[in-house]
Amino acid sequence: MAELPETPLLDELEKGPWPSFVTEIKQAAEHHEEARDLLGQLERSYRERIGHWKHGGIVGVLGYGGGVIGRYSDLPDDFPGVSHFHTLRVNQPAGWFYTSKALRDICDIWEEHGSGLTNMHGSTGDIVLLGTSTPELEPTFKKLTEKGFDLGGSGSDVRTPSCCVGPARCEWACYDTLGLTYDLTMSYQDELHRPMFPYKWKFKMSGCPNDCVAAIARSDLSIIGTWRDEIVKDDAEVRKYADNGLDIFNDVVLNCPAKCMKWDGEKLEIDDEYCRKCMHCINAMPKALAPGKDRGATILIGSKAPIVEGALLSSVLVPFWKPEEPYEDLKDLVEAIWDVWSEEGKNRERVGEFIQRVGMGNFLEAIGLDPEPEMVAFPRENPYVFYDLSEDEDEDE
Amino acid sequence: MAEKVKRVTDIGPPHHDKLMPPICKENYGTWKYHEVLKPGVMVHVGATGDKLYTVRAAGARLVSIYRLRQFADLADKYCDGYLRFTSRHNIEFLLTYDANIDPLIADLAAMGVSVGGIGAAITSIVHTQGWVHCHSAATDASGVVKAVMDVVHPYFNGEKKLPGKLRIALACCLNMCGAVHCSDIAILGIHRKAPRTDHTQVAKICEIPNVVSACPTAAIRPTQVDGTPSVEVIEEQCMYCANCFTVCPSMPLNDPENDGVSIWVGGKVSNARSEPMFSKLAIPYIPNNPPRWPEVTDVILKLVELWAANAKPFERMGEWINRITWPKFFKMAGIEFQKEHIDDFKHAGLTFKRSTQIVH
Ligand code: SF4
Ligand code: SF4
Ligand code: SF4
Ligand code: SF4
Repeated sequence: MAELPETPLLDELEKGPWPSFVTEIKQAAEHHEEARDLLGQLERSYRERIGHWKHGGIVGVLGYGGGVIGRYSDLPDDFPGVSHFHTLRVNQPAGWFYTSKALRDICDIWEEHGSGLTNMHGSTGDIVLLGTSTPELEPTFKKLTEKGFDLGGSGSDVRTPSCCVGPARCEWACYDTLGLTYDLTMSYQDELHRPMFPYKWKFKMSGCPNDCVAAIARSDLSIIGTWRDEIVKDDAEVRKYADNGLDIFNDVVLNCPAKCMKWDGEKLEIDDEYCRKCMHCINAMPKALAPGKDRGATILIGSKAPIVEGALLSSVLVPFWKPEEPYEDLKDLVEAIWDVWSEEGKNRERVGEFIQRVGMGNFLEAIGLDPEPEMVAFPRENPYVFYDLSEDEDEDE
Repeated sequence: MAEKVKRVTDIGPPHHDKLMPPICKENYGTWKYHEVLKPGVMVHVGATGDKLYTVRAAGARLVSIYRLRQFADLADKYCDGYLRFTSRHNIEFLLTYDANIDPLIADLAAMGVSVGGIGAAITSIVHTQGWVHCHSAATDASGVVKAVMDVVHPYFNGEKKLPGKLRIALACCLNMCGAVHCSDIAILGIHRKAPRTDHTQVAKICEIPNVVSACPTAAIRPTQVDGTPSVEVIEEQCMYCANCFTVCPSMPLNDPENDGVSIWVGGKVSNARSEPMFSKLAIPYIPNNPPRWPEVTDVILKLVELWAANAKPFERMGEWINRITWPKFFKMAGIEFQKEHIDDFKHAGLTFKRSTQIVH
């Protein structure tokens, strides 16, 4: 195998304490032409301060419309190893758990069929196998399925659902985030592999309002765990936190958004009727406080990055949902939303933008949900209210 | 005769039950509490007293299979073969014997991998592909991230303390794969010049009505150039979002002289204390200066230090700024307030100051 290219600029990024992606590429470049030419092309980008990739092309595996991102170099003569440099998105296990064997299976497949480079993981949550040529796609896919892995989503489909570590390791999980993620992933394989929507659709599952997978900021349907009874409290442990130097009055009580806590230096009182389930006090004293026992989730809809019409956060759709397998009520809701959005959504219109366009009130009507005060930060301020009285008139006749 | 192997599809991912350590299955949903033992190490305690130790190791998102195999070896050596990754690209080793913690950390250190990022700390930067793999990138991703993490590393490994969590994210264009817009500090690649339209190609490879409707500001109109159908861009109306480029490869915006990054601050996704917030513009533009983007790393370190010195315990960047007010933040950070800081897109009016509560 040929020598590694000279990379004086990238070499600067091998210095310093944080793990270096340049070292990773170099390691792969010892064995893979793709990685070697990636290194060369990237050095060129660093010199010229511009990327050298062409607009993606449509490539994939048989029968799937998503899961592969086509990528071609705009300098194929100089860097033939990256003339095709397609990426496979591989559906990660829920919670990103691996055995060393499963991890090695992936490595072995990618040693044989690709650049030897990965992202662990991509932004949506998939294992990203970075860089291979078109003829390698089918064999890679076949070997992945033999080892029990499948591709994730891309394009206008259900993107690979992802979740926080949840009940597998976190005492704050208010529902089974991994179970729900797996169930939705399996229930919607067709929607995940065969794009049929106006635009992408993301599901993200966080076990509590700390929202470790940023569901509220980047999923069309954000399912965030919460509870509706009293915070579980161990007064002796609260005292221990105080004794160990936690300033309960200033750092816990004054930070409560509901102003529903009292601390007299001895005992912490929580007026749960007004608690907003924000998690702050629990985060501050994990040994003393815990989410209540009547646990479930809030379902929110519509967050997205700026493209096309501006960024959105998700907003409340179902204030409290009690997740129970096989989650039929959730799936009915999801499918009702998909029906309306697929029918009336414009090309490249995320569901959040669709709701902005048609109005939340109309959207709720279309999917058969009643309006509830939890859905808004406050009721409308503007008096331009639409009424449709035509139906009443009909009844008079 | 060999039977033809059936091609299987739609099998989904492996079930997590097959991949998580037995202790996670046994304590599934019944964990009682956790404690941070030292930087990068925590213990989760189950209802029966079971203890699961987690060692969080620094992860570059871009990793080779050779590195992954090293992690697999360490998992075999210390964790009965079990490990996981976090939503922010870190590697978590899951141990049941606390005696294994320090030898594991020593082995990681020998590989040049530090541990940290738990609790009131800076952890790995969520980011995108940049020049490594994307056609839209206005900056690189991995390089900026590496340079920033190098300077804030003492806040990752616990050498320096912070009042609360600080989450940094980077996206190399406004598509924001990875939605960085609710981060304490967001680094966002931006273009600053309207697309260059290749009039000979538009009609051939793009659908003109799609291109016209892709533009959020209606800056694109159909036109004819030398008798060929194409589009024209009204440059004053263009805010360089690259929506048009996404649907039409003949309208690239990449431009080495004018591309660069912007810095946004004060966003959060957690519901703790305050509600989730978007990040807001702090620095409109910093030119790309590879390989180490010193202007970017300087300003981020300055912002981290400013927040660390002034925020109250638990207070996130945005909560601190909301308390002291934005004008005060600009003053303290020494950032000049410019026209670009004032929103002029939809609902911009809601961002104007509509009271006399001003810190003079
Ligand atoms: S979102 Fe909540 S339940 Fe899930 S890992 Fe984070 S803190 Fe735990
Ligand atoms: S969870 Fe939040 S709102 Fe509820 S008592 Fe604790 S700090 Fe207050
Ligand atoms: S943020 Fe933009 S440039 Fe970066 S990977 Fe995503 S689409 Fe590409
Ligand atoms: S970059 Fe955005 S604003 Fe400018 S012409 Fe293209 S779509 Fe319109």
